[in-house]
Amino acid sequence: MFENVRLALGSLRANKMRALLTMLGIIIGIGSVIAIMTVGESLTGSLNDSMSGLGASNLTVSLTQKSSDDESAGGARVRMFAPSTPGADDLMTDEMIAEYRAAFGSMVGAIELTESLGSGTVESAAGSATVTATGVNEEYYLTEELELLYGRLPADSDGGRRVALVSDQFVEDAFGGTVSAVNAVGQSFQMSVGGSLSTWYILGVYRYDEEETGIVSLTAASDEVITTMYVPLGTAKAVNGSDAGYQSFTVVGGTVEDQELFISETERFFASYYTRNDSYTVETSSLSSLLETMTEMLGTVQLAISAIAAISLLVGGIGVMNIMLVSITERTREIGIRKALGAPGSAIRLQFIVEAVVICLIGGLLGVAVGVGLGAVAADLMGFPARASVESILLAVGFSMGIGLFFGYYPANKAAKLDPIEALRYE
Amino acid sequence: MDRAQQIRSAAESAFDRSQEVIRMEGITKRYFEGKENELEVLHGIDLTVKRGDFVAIVGESGSGKSTLMNIIGALDRPSAGRYWLDGLDVQDQPDRVMSEIRNKKIGFVFQTFNLIGRTTALKNVELPMLYGHVPQKERTRRAMELLSMVGMADRAKHQPNELSGGQKQRVAIARAMANDPAILLADEPTGALDSATSRTVMDIFHDLNRNHGKTILLITHSQALAEECPRILTLMDGNIVDERRGREVRYV
Repeated sequence: MFENVRLALGSLRANKMRALLTMLGIIIGIGSVIAIMTVGESLTGSLNDSMSGLGASNLTVSLTQKSSDDESAGGARVRMFAPSTPGADDLMTDEMIAEYRAAFGSMVGAIELTESLGSGTVESAAGSATVTATGVNEEYYLTEELELLYGRLPADSDGGRRVALVSDQFVEDAFGGTVSAVNAVGQSFQMSVGGSLSTWYILGVYRYDEEETGIVSLTAASDEVITTMYVPLGTAKAVNGSDAGYQSFTVVGGTVEDQELFISETERFFASYYTRNDSYTVETSSLSSLLETMTEMLGTVQLAISAIAAISLLVGGIGVMNIMLVSITERTREIGIRKALGAPGSAIRLQFIVEAVVICLIGGLLGVAVGVGLGAVAADLMGFPARASVESILLAVGFSMGIGLFFGYYPANKAAKLDPIEALRYE
Repeated sequence: MDRAQQIRSAAESAFDRSQEVIRMEGITKRYFEGKENELEVLHGIDLTVKRGDFVAIVGESGSGKSTLMNIIGALDRPSAGRYWLDGLDVQDQPDRVMSEIRNKKIGFVFQTFNLIGRTTALKNVELPMLYGHVPQKERTRRAMELLSMVGMADRAKHQPNELSGGQKQRVAIARAMANDPAILLADEPTGALDSATSRTVMDIFHDLNRNHGKTILLITHSQALAEECPRILTLMDGNIVDERRGREVRYV
């Protein structure tokens, strides 16, 4: 076996250019598969990462406008949207949420209620910092991974008080280093949020994690870091002057066996409140289902490109077969000599199959190198960390050997069956 | 004949048979059998070669020399007749067995050397042993031994295109000896060599025959070359027409 590999390498060395051209089809085929797999793997990998940072298993329950169906003159159904903001009557209420909790029991892990206050900026002699201020309920902290450094988290009982949980980054930016994070607890600052300027007291400081922000950080153009300021839900409602309810909130699944069913049941539960509402209803969506859709789409694209690559591999394989036939004709005399020296047909067959497999294996390995390189460059250009798909590399290498075996068999068998007398006479 | 005599004669004939390297009875070869252009090349050859013989088969081209050689060398099968090689019945053997017979029992030396290109002299000599499944270490040891026997040890790492004709033929002889075959089958071994190198090659054959007891079958069209062999068979039109002793039998 080793002897055969040595022979094959020797024969490739003797015809370097020809060997390379023969391999080209395999290199292109394997290379493009590996490249697209690498891009796909990088894309889904980084999507998965950023999504799980955002809580991919979370379920968003939100109000959506009902579409009003009109029968037009032509009989065609035309969907008409009348954009509007939901009125106080349309919002989901605390009562609904309480009933939902009672109905679903342990299936509901937590319900994150939020009230946005928009963004605000603190300007002091020492520095400035911009935040997005959000009112959240206590349960919000159960599932969001915030690392509390100093002080404490705002509680629901703090509702109405102008207290806030800010990031260490905010402390550094807003106080310009004059106040350290540990001493920031209890400090106050003036900020205009929700249209009114007021004084806020720092209740706690959490660690700002750059990576946690995920996709959001991609949109931040300037080098100014916008962090989130968390305030009690009651405070946010008071500032906004709204106490009617919520346009959307997030449900974190508890002991859920069937995620799909849980999602649809949740949607049905809330939608039942809106059967008589003309303009609004409730929809649920989860990031995991969104991610699934995206992965599926990506899979289809990968499959399509793989199919094209498979054709290239087929053509490459035929090229290998062709060159093996040429090589065998050229070496007819050598085959005759080997047979005269006592090589059985099986030894000749093995020699040429090994040669074909070696060509394809080298082509496959070069293809993997090219593919990983291209994929890495493409992933880099799209701004994702490159990840090579190990399974597809192993598969590609195995597949290229398979091609060698398949397309090498016929020529090798032809060589094995040569008549030694004829072969020795061949010039 | 009494019982004792019977046994003795049976034993003697068994001994005789064991001394035969080649035994051919009525070997016939026809091409295009059953077709209009059917052609009979050998018309029933009877031939016995004993262990240690050095036989020259002489004949003009077209006399059937090559066909006979192919049959003796287990490269081809006769159309009729029987053939034993070193006690082995070569009749109707499958290809795999024919390969093994060629590998173990026959050492070919060709007119055009037929060394394998891009492969060192050493690897060329090792080749029959590779197909005979001799372990690598033993292969190399024996190949070096054979190369020094033909005076080519210092060229072991050279490839055929770096060797002269005489050197190539010496490597080829070493290769033919690799599996210690029952017979060396040399087909016009000096046909492509000048007279000086022809002499060297012939001397190697004489040495192998005299001092190593190797059975050699030399196929040639040259009468002069045949004269130095102890036994000369003349082949004409597919029949052995003459058998005699060489006039200039050489002892090295």
